[in-house]
Amino acid sequence: MPVNVKAKLISKEQLKNDIFKFVISSKEIANIAKPGQFLEIRVSNNIDPFLRRPISIYDIDKENSSLTFIFQVKGKGTTILSQKNVGEEIDVMGPLGFGCFKLENYKNISIIGGGIGVFPLHELAKTAKQNANVNTYLGFRSKDFVLCENDFNNVSNKLVITTDDGSYGENGFAINYLTADLDKSNTDCIYACGPLPMLRAVQKLALERNIPCQLSLEERMGCGIGACLGCAVKTSSSPKDAPQYMHVCKAGPVFDAKDVEI
Amino acid sequence: MLHGTFGYGREFDQFIDLNKLGGIITKGTSLKPRPGNKPPRICETPSGMLNSIGLQNPGVEYFAQNDLPWLKKFDTAIIVNACGSSIDEYVELCKILNTLDIDGVELNLSCPNVKAGCLAFGTTYEGVKEVTTAVRKVLDKPLIVKLTPNVTDITLTAKAVEDAGADAVSLINTLLGMSINIDTRKPYLANNTGGLSGPAVKPVAVRMVYQVAKAVNIPVLGMGGIVTGEDAIEFMLAGANAVSIGCGNFISPDVSINAIEGIESYMTKHKIDDINSIVGTVEMN
Ligand SMILES: Cc1cc2nc3c(=O)[nH]c(=O)nc-3n(C[C@H](O)[C@H](O)[C@H](O)COP(=O)(O)O)c2cc1C
Repeated sequence: MPVNVKAKLISKEQLKNDIFKFVISSKEIANIAKPGQFLEIRVSNNIDPFLRRPISIYDIDKENSSLTFIFQVKGKGTTILSQKNVGEEIDVMGPLGFGCFKLENYKNISIIGGGIGVFPLHELAKTAKQNANVNTYLGFRSKDFVLCENDFNNVSNKLVITTDDGSYGENGFAINYLTADLDKSNTDCIYACGPLPMLRAVQKLALERNIPCQLSLEERMGCGIGACLGCAVKTSSSPKDAPQYMHVCKAGPVFDAKDVEI
Repeated sequence: MLHGTFGYGREFDQFIDLNKLGGIITKGTSLKPRPGNKPPRICETPSGMLNSIGLQNPGVEYFAQNDLPWLKKFDTAIIVNACGSSIDEYVELCKILNTLDIDGVELNLSCPNVKAGCLAFGTTYEGVKEVTTAVRKVLDKPLIVKLTPNVTDITLTAKAVEDAGADAVSLINTLLGMSINIDTRKPYLANNTGGLSGPAVKPVAVRMVYQVAKAVNIPVLGMGGIVTGEDAIEFMLAGANAVSIGCGNFISPDVSINAIEGIESYMTKHKIDDINSIVGTVEMN
């Protein structure tokens, strides 16, 4: 069961101008967290900003009872969060989301991510690599936006970095390189997280080729625990004139690509 | 009391002891299941939030079979927030609710997020009176009617509730609002507009509770922006006999428990034995 705790910030690193990597200490959360799950962080004791910030888990370290998350400073909440100092306590609720990445007994998996959507894929790759061959494809806008290359190198058997403008790694979209590899060899499952256009393309590809596929989705959240019904995502089985919804924070954030219309 | 935003309680059970709450008002429940609105449904605003959930709920039958038996395990009052899109629908729904093991019904005549019904009935004296009268005829259980703040004179709709024979009135539901993404020039919510709640609306809610408590003789259930015990006290001084917390629950799952403790420490500090003794005791300038 998720808990609401004050977790100490034990390390803080600024990866880019607007990207921060935090390691927090929480035995309760680290013990039970699974790849794909997320945290809801209350950035201050004030009523403004009002809502918690959902942030996916980048790394779970059960041995040291710590969790790592990486976030981009986008607004009021993440700005305040980025100003926390090592040693301070952070109000964290988690681990949240019943829909985590499912590894089944896959032997060959492909992981594809884009931009700041790559973060939840790290713990997935790390866990999967213990039993499977992991091919990872990460796309970024340009050289300056490339993130976490070394970390992903360590948790992948093969890593392809692409940039839209070719300024670093391979030139073009990550999905093109995934597709090319799928033409050559089989994969048991594709896992994806990133911008919507990328997720849609991956979903289409996987459905066309009948490859199992799991997508990690984002939607604006209220409570993070399934009470407010804010973060709705349409089910693919919805009749045209009668949409049905699931909720990212509860049924997700990871969904079977067959189940959602995005 | 917790309100609308508390689902059917299950989500919070993992964090807090539901037995400590005076009551749980369920999320809006209708005769038939409702899918809710297109996302995005939520948008944060200064000290508050906009929502256009659109009353997504599994319908009263499902609630009765799946959620109610579970809720009954707790020592807390269960009040069902009831919504419909026609008088017949409200009546049919309340006939069913009358047969359930619940402590009362709160008629939601004030949801701004669904096209037909709710708000349509909730904005005039005649509309409120007509629905409430019709429901009163089929409902023996305590009946609370929830008012919308999106009116020019809230005492009129409050009087309609009293005149129709309801047991209590609750307020406020959310204030209709809009928030625009200046980069895309589009509203953040797919529904364009939504209901504003949270601390941002508290002064409006306190003012309306004060006006309504003066205008009617039935008990008043106050809400709108409560997150602390001090907030709750403010509502009671204005005339609320009881209070509830909506989106404050999203700040932290234990907000309601902390608010109860906050009320208790206010009572100790001001040597108050019976909290009811402060209701409506604001001293106007
Ligand atoms: C996400 C959300 C869902 C809500 N759902 C309902 C509902 O189903 N029925 C209802 O009567 N009010 C509903 N409300 C309104 C609240 O019960 C309450 O009247 C309003 O939000 C003001 O109180 P607050 O500031 O404490 O949230 C909802 C509010 C929010 C934020």
